[in-house]
Amino acid sequence: MKTNATASPLKITRNRLYTLIALGAFVVLAIVADLFFDAFTLRVFNLCAIYIVLALSLNMLNGFTGLFSLGHAGFMAVGAYVCALLTMSPQLKDMNFFLMPMVPWLRNVTIPFLPAIIIGGLAAAFVGFLIGAPVLRLRDDYLAIATLGFGEIIRVLITNAQPITNGAQGLKGLPRFSTTFTVWIAAALVTLFMVLLMRSSYGRAMKAVRDDELAAEAMGINVFKVKVTSFTVSSFLAGIGGALLGHMITTIDPKMFTFMLTFNILLIVVLGGIGSISGSVIAAVVVTILMEVLRFLDEPLNFIVFKTAAMPGLRMVVFSILLMVVVIYRQRGLMGNKEFSWDMLTGLFVRKGRKGGTNV
Amino acid sequence: MSEPTSDLMLRTDHVFMRFGGLTAVNDLNLEIRKNEIVGLIGPNGAGKTTAFNVITGMYRPSEGKVFFGSDDITGLKPHQITAKGIARTFQNIRLFKEMNVLENVLVACDMSIATGMFGATLHLPGYVKREKEARKFSMELLEKVGLKHLAFEKGTSLPYGQQRRLEIVRALATRPKMLLLDEPAAGMNPQESVELMEFIRKIRDEFDLTILLIEHHMQVVMGVCEHMYVLDYGVTIAHGDPASIQKNPKVIEAYLGVD
Ligand SMILES: Nc1ncnc2c1ncn2[C@@H]1O[C@H](COP(=O)(O)OP(=O)(O)O)[C@@H](O)[C@H]1O
Ligand SMILES: [Mg+2]
Repeated sequence: MKTNATASPLKITRNRLYTLIALGAFVVLAIVADLFFDAFTLRVFNLCAIYIVLALSLNMLNGFTGLFSLGHAGFMAVGAYVCALLTMSPQLKDMNFFLMPMVPWLRNVTIPFLPAIIIGGLAAAFVGFLIGAPVLRLRDDYLAIATLGFGEIIRVLITNAQPITNGAQGLKGLPRFSTTFTVWIAAALVTLFMVLLMRSSYGRAMKAVRDDELAAEAMGINVFKVKVTSFTVSSFLAGIGGALLGHMITTIDPKMFTFMLTFNILLIVVLGGIGSISGSVIAAVVVTILMEVLRFLDEPLNFIVFKTAAMPGLRMVVFSILLMVVVIYRQRGLMGNKEFSWDMLTGLFVRKGRKGGTNV
Repeated sequence: MSEPTSDLMLRTDHVFMRFGGLTAVNDLNLEIRKNEIVGLIGPNGAGKTTAFNVITGMYRPSEGKVFFGSDDITGLKPHQITAKGIARTFQNIRLFKEMNVLENVLVACDMSIATGMFGATLHLPGYVKREKEARKFSMELLEKVGLKHLAFEKGTSLPYGQQRRLEIVRALATRPKMLLLDEPAAGMNPQESVELMEFIRKIRDEFDLTILLIEHHMQVVMGVCEHMYVLDYGVTIAHGDPASIQKNPKVIEAYLGVD
């Protein structure tokens, strides 16, 4: 295989070494986090992993296939609910369903987390397929509208299907299966999947569909099939992410899966760079941490000399402004559609260094 | 013609294409034989591109049928028609804008790689082998047309003439039997046009192709075409060899004020 002329064997070995060191350092960090972080910090740390899964699944659609979907929260809800209902014990279900009993056939089912989360993902994928297959035949604009509607419909359905979902009360006390190990393994697997997919002929076909549908079709690509596959797999990953989230927070209810959740993920994808895997990963971490760090903005602000009343939602205002700034000044996000490389990083330092040198 | 009909590569049988009240293609009856280079000419808006879109499955004809060899390909999806062996280029170049030159060509090989999402993602041995072959094949194609040294440049960053060439190479990478070129000489100066026509003849011979070529400047393709069809307002006003077309009064009338 031919690569760029600039990549000398020595550099490749060096970069592989850097990658290994970085991975090793991260594993150490994860172990330290798991053992020594307080509950709140560990939760933020693990939330990063879940948002990596979610951002990559949305980027697969938005960034790599050029399909604009606004219904991600709906697919997450499907995954979260299916997985939760499959892992909860009959006793736990009885405690939740105190207003009205649960349907018996579902009450008595309890399976381990791994098959449950996969079934949750498959359920989300199936729903994605059902929605995608008709809508993806239409022009792309309709997909955004249809998926936006779907996200709301799924919430209404969950709220009203009380004997199955416990309605607006939600489900409480889910087993805490989303451990540090689980979520980061999931994030690593999904990242690896995306990297390998996008390097393969199938990923290339997706990008071709994104770049020019007509030309892709004329080159023999079954555009409709690629779109439906991408949409279904993205829904699967969203379902997995939703299930991980549910089993981390240990409480799910329909209000959790509003458009705001989709917006958060979209924010990560746009900030990181539409069509960049590493961009999504970096932005998922940055945004998740910022979301928590900036939580104080929603509380009353104390400027020593004066105090403001609490302004719930101020945090989201900050993020929305950030999004607008990015869209205006750096349309392509942090990474554009490029991927992180060590050369990029060293290049950055060398350039910075030179600049500093000339100034002195 | 004296050749047997089994030599027919492409035939359109009373094809009509209507958009609302407008009949963009009106009773088109093309007959193109194997290894011919055929010109489809006519003023702007005559319905040439629409005819291409019908043949390649982008539009389903309002009436009539399209045959490729002995197969009825009317109503097939564009990707199915490509798989049958008809490849095309576009009047306004449509390269994959985020991809480099090599990737643009590789996309067209995906059909022959033909691996599902999981086989490709997991880089199963069969996939790896076919992908390797596709890369080799693509690089060879690029070398043949003198674009190899630009393989890792972004396709859309090439000069205009090379973008046109790249579009042709990309179409060739689908391993077609027949090539449809929509105004390949558009925007080129006379010198470049002459070179391009040479190039078209060369690839016809080298890849054993049949070529249908749109051009609205009759002169450009006069030398290269063995047969021509002239459209005006969707109607075929003349067909025959270049010499007879040039003398045809209807053609001269249609072109008055254009060239
Ligand atoms: N999709 C369409 N919808 C409506 N009208 C169209 C469409 N495509 C082409 N036309 C019309 O059909 C006529 C022929 O167009 P076209 O085939 O592009 O001409 P040419 O390629 O010969 O310049 C034009 O009048 C054009 O406006
Ligand atoms: Mg045209």
